[in-house]
Amino acid sequence: MSEAIVDVRGLTVEFSGPPPVRAVGGVDLTLVPGEVLALLGESGSGKSVTLRALMRLLPKRAAIGGTIRVDARDVRQMGAAELSAYRGSTIAMIFQEPGLAFDPVYSVGDQIAEAVVRHEGAAWAQGRRRALELFERVRIPSAARRLDSYPHEMSGGMRQRAMIALALSCRPKVLLADEPTTALDATVQIQILLLLRELQRELGLAVIFVTHDIGVATEIADRIAVMYAGRIVETGSCRAVIRACAHPYTQGLLASRAGQAFERGGRLQAIPGAPPDLSRLMPGCAFAPRCAKVRDACRSGLPAELPVGAGHVARCILLQKDPLASLSTV
Amino acid sequence: MTLASDSGGARDRGGPAQPLLSVRGLVKHFPVKTGVFGGAGRVVRAVDHIAFEVSKRETLGIVGESGCGKSTTARLLMHIIARDAGEILFDGEKVGARELDLSSYRRQVQMVFQDSHASLNPRLTVEDTVAFGPRVHGVSRSTALRQAHDLLNRVGLEPARFGGRYPHELSGGQRQRVNIARALALQPRLLILDEPVSALDKSVEAQVLNLLLDLKDEFGLTYLFISHDLNVVRYMSDRVMVMYLGKAVEVGPSDVILKDPRHPYTTALLASMPSMDPDNRTEEAPLFGDPPNPIDPPPGCRFHTRCKFAAPVCSAREPGLGADLGDDLVHRVACHMADPSSGHPGAVAAMERA
Repeated sequence: MSEAIVDVRGLTVEFSGPPPVRAVGGVDLTLVPGEVLALLGESGSGKSVTLRALMRLLPKRAAIGGTIRVDARDVRQMGAAELSAYRGSTIAMIFQEPGLAFDPVYSVGDQIAEAVVRHEGAAWAQGRRRALELFERVRIPSAARRLDSYPHEMSGGMRQRAMIALALSCRPKVLLADEPTTALDATVQIQILLLLRELQRELGLAVIFVTHDIGVATEIADRIAVMYAGRIVETGSCRAVIRACAHPYTQGLLASRAGQAFERGGRLQAIPGAPPDLSRLMPGCAFAPRCAKVRDACRSGLPAELPVGAGHVARCILLQKDPLASLSTV
Repeated sequence: MTLASDSGGARDRGGPAQPLLSVRGLVKHFPVKTGVFGGAGRVVRAVDHIAFEVSKRETLGIVGESGCGKSTTARLLMHIIARDAGEILFDGEKVGARELDLSSYRRQVQMVFQDSHASLNPRLTVEDTVAFGPRVHGVSRSTALRQAHDLLNRVGLEPARFGGRYPHELSGGQRQRVNIARALALQPRLLILDEPVSALDKSVEAQVLNLLLDLKDEFGLTYLFISHDLNVVRYMSDRVMVMYLGKAVEVGPSDVILKDPRHPYTTALLASMPSMDPDNRTEEAPLFGDPPNPIDPPPGCRFHTRCKFAAPVCSAREPGLGADLGDDLVHRVACHMADPSSGHPGAVAAMERA
């Protein structure tokens, strides 16, 4: 296995108050080149904050702890100039709302050309040429004409393709995707997922894909990391997490999906309660108040990361005594 | 419970066979704002001649992508926006005419919106929000509050704990429960649910769907359930209507439509759902491109620009929602391939399959 291109150890992010909010409470992540990791979680689970920390895109009032190494460089120590070179050419990001990520007063082609000129010192014409290549690559119809479109002149799916082109314009090694298909219609979402998968394979990109949708994660990911209340509670191969998840939260998420195995008229197995308030986290496992299998020990200490299978770990004390018992409940 | 016994029965006019809601030829075109020099009145054909019925105590699901007109349909039914043409009958009575004035219609039809925050008044506490409708319709404050507390209990919000809170002090799921309680406060017979769970986290979505099913049984309600999520619609609905660019393309029992879809668009919509099987991922996108602009929609069948079965007849002539395809269930599809006399080369093959 090749050397990790993203290596995050003990990442914490706390937004100063009042009240102070601990959005990320100790996240470890590794990603090798060419690997797709899905960060799966609900709103407030810390998945987007984790992603933004990798890009150093968080506001000043966010205090970051832990180490973030990307492409063998310490991201937290970077100065302004180094950071600006790092963003775009080592790591790039696509967002949920491409309409907000583009500047509305410049044509999309010019914005891509500008990135190429700025990062690679290329001539303007060369930048425009790269923009055209990329537009063809992301399969925007009549690419040459579309380069001169303004963001508002494009449909949602096409804007998302254009943003992928922009993100890839300076040949990054790592692509961060923050719910890029959530705002799209179902028939467009699948097109974008397939396009990302194809580009990722061809370019050997490492991708961290943030989503709240297990189905989307299943379509795109090699590995899935499930986040809850600022921590990763389960990590494993896509197959292992979908087929043999060990954490009660993951199990609950899978069981509560409408559709799938559920017949109409039956009741869904909902997870009771709501995600916790991150400014008032209790000690112990954050999922304990909603967990059907909760024990006294869950509320006293943070559960350690325990092995479930090969490359598959979960933070649940139920795995401690008899790992088979909790596996069999899937 | 007192609220439950009052719904349904007493106000039922036409008996169980008469549809609670029937909609005929519903049309809404929005004019597009043009420049200083005007322009030749271009319009967004948001809803273009839609007809459907909702039986008593059934759930009709409406699915479709953005711009298909599903939310406009909901707003037209609620009279939030005025329709350009068409007729709405509620339990056999024409809405807005002398038979059934708007005020008494709206008492019987309530709506829950997607954005649980924007649809609540930030200055009203939870209990005042739920009591507001009945107060407007002349119920005393103490009675309205008592009913509000009953309803809050029913939707899983303890009145003593949540009654005095303001919307910003609640989570998304809790706010949607308040919206549901408010919709029930006037003891309606029909609830229009416009993407009620789309903004909620998955773990909370299931709670709200369960609640909606329980309330339907308890209060004898009829639902019009609008969503872009086929899984949710399949789970909630007895019948499903699929919309595309302002038109209904397929209507039928949800089990039939979602297992044996006949319209190529319905098929593509189903095939676009993530597979949930890591060993059997989607390899080819069922459709290319985005839905066309509802301003100047394509002529003929509006789907023909993205349809892999498109034939010359598809751009020349618009298919109507045809006859029932099943034996006893009303499954209808607006596709030339379902009509042997259409001249579509695929029509014969489709008939042989059936």
